[in-house]
Amino acid sequence: MATSKVTTATFDAEVLKSSTPVLVDFWAEWCGPCRAVGPILEEISDEYGSKIKIVKLNTDEESAIAIKYGITSIPSMYVFVNGEVVTQIVGAKPKPALLKDLESFLA
Amino acid sequence: MSDVRNVVIVGSGPAGYTAAIYAARAQLDPIIYEGSVTAGGALMNTTEVENFPGFTDGVMGPDLMDSMRKQAKRFGAELITDDIVEMDLTGDIKVLKDGSGNTVRAKSVILATGSAYREIGLVNEKRLSGHGVSWCATCDGFFFRGQTIAVVGGGDSAVEEATFLTRFADKVVLIHRRDSLRASKIMADRAKANPKIEFLWNTEVIDVLGADKVEALKLRNTIDGSESERAFTGLFVAIGHIPRSELLTGQIDLDNEGYVICEGRSTRTNQKGVFACGDLVDHTYRQAITAAGSGCAAALDAEKFLAH
Repeated sequence: MATSKVTTATFDAEVLKSSTPVLVDFWAEWCGPCRAVGPILEEISDEYGSKIKIVKLNTDEESAIAIKYGITSIPSMYVFVNGEVVTQIVGAKPKPALLKDLESFLA
Repeated sequence: MSDVRNVVIVGSGPAGYTAAIYAARAQLDPIIYEGSVTAGGALMNTTEVENFPGFTDGVMGPDLMDSMRKQAKRFGAELITDDIVEMDLTGDIKVLKDGSGNTVRAKSVILATGSAYREIGLVNEKRLSGHGVSWCATCDGFFFRGQTIAVVGGGDSAVEEATFLTRFADKVVLIHRRDSLRASKIMADRAKANPKIEFLWNTEVIDVLGADKVEALKLRNTIDGSESERAFTGLFVAIGHIPRSELLTGQIDLDNEGYVICEGRSTRTNQKGVFACGDLVDHTYRQAITAAGSGCAAALDAEKFLAH
């Protein structure tokens, strides 16, 4: 399953009310490390899409949500379960490291 | 032994890509491990590069790296977007393992793993990393619009970050342990002329305060030892770099700061067939152009080695 884009309008339905855990990738076009981690998240989404939903939030376009969640570094990858942030991953990481951080959601 | 490569290049900044261009043009059929998240190297986190020769009007760091990458690819270099996680460089055939568990064997290796950001070394710096503490102004500056933030450091990268951050922040305070900058004159002059930048000399950061985000810094005057607190919502750390040589310890001679030691003006390390270039060996210059130059030298040294 490919990642999808989330906006202020869809955040509630797509993230907060989701029945599966959701990883929100806070990113922007101009951020080098965000571009590096993007393809890794696509792979994880392809491989584990049934366990965790991965969505991308562009912090340039949707800065209100980024501010609401106190994002000060990108990429930041927050995992939401039942509308609450349960895991915060900050900064680009290699795939094995990301899988380790997410392991409790992927089992 | 048909699966033994002539040359494996580890790392992909200007040094790694230039080595790949030269090695590919020398028909060495190089394979380059670009790094899973570090591909392109330090320049991926910069904006405008004004001093790379040949670009009259400057070039964006990521665009420059993308061009070098494409150039390496055009001559047939095999590009792998993965990390090398293990190396055995001691034998005639070098054995390297990547992050996906694949093994590659080669007659020669060019090391171009560059450097990582140096941390101040405070517990709360790590704890609040991503919550106001940052190492990448171009990534994170945007989130500090209208705020008062601190940059710690006195070299080119600190001054460049401070100047860049004034695009967003109301005020940027550059905190430096000494009373003058190490940065190049053109950059220092630009920063000093910027009304949004304040300089706090002879000062070091001794703690980062805040429950779940940066709220203030605890500072110490390096001359009289007096301590103070000052409110900031962000701290950008730009106090230099450390060479990424942790996989080499015990195999390759390193100096006491962890840089790879090369023989004379060459890129030859103490292990036969292993060459090193770029920021991994360079205490002194650390420029895109010097890294590219040493990447070229490493490919030529490797070519000569393989011919014997």
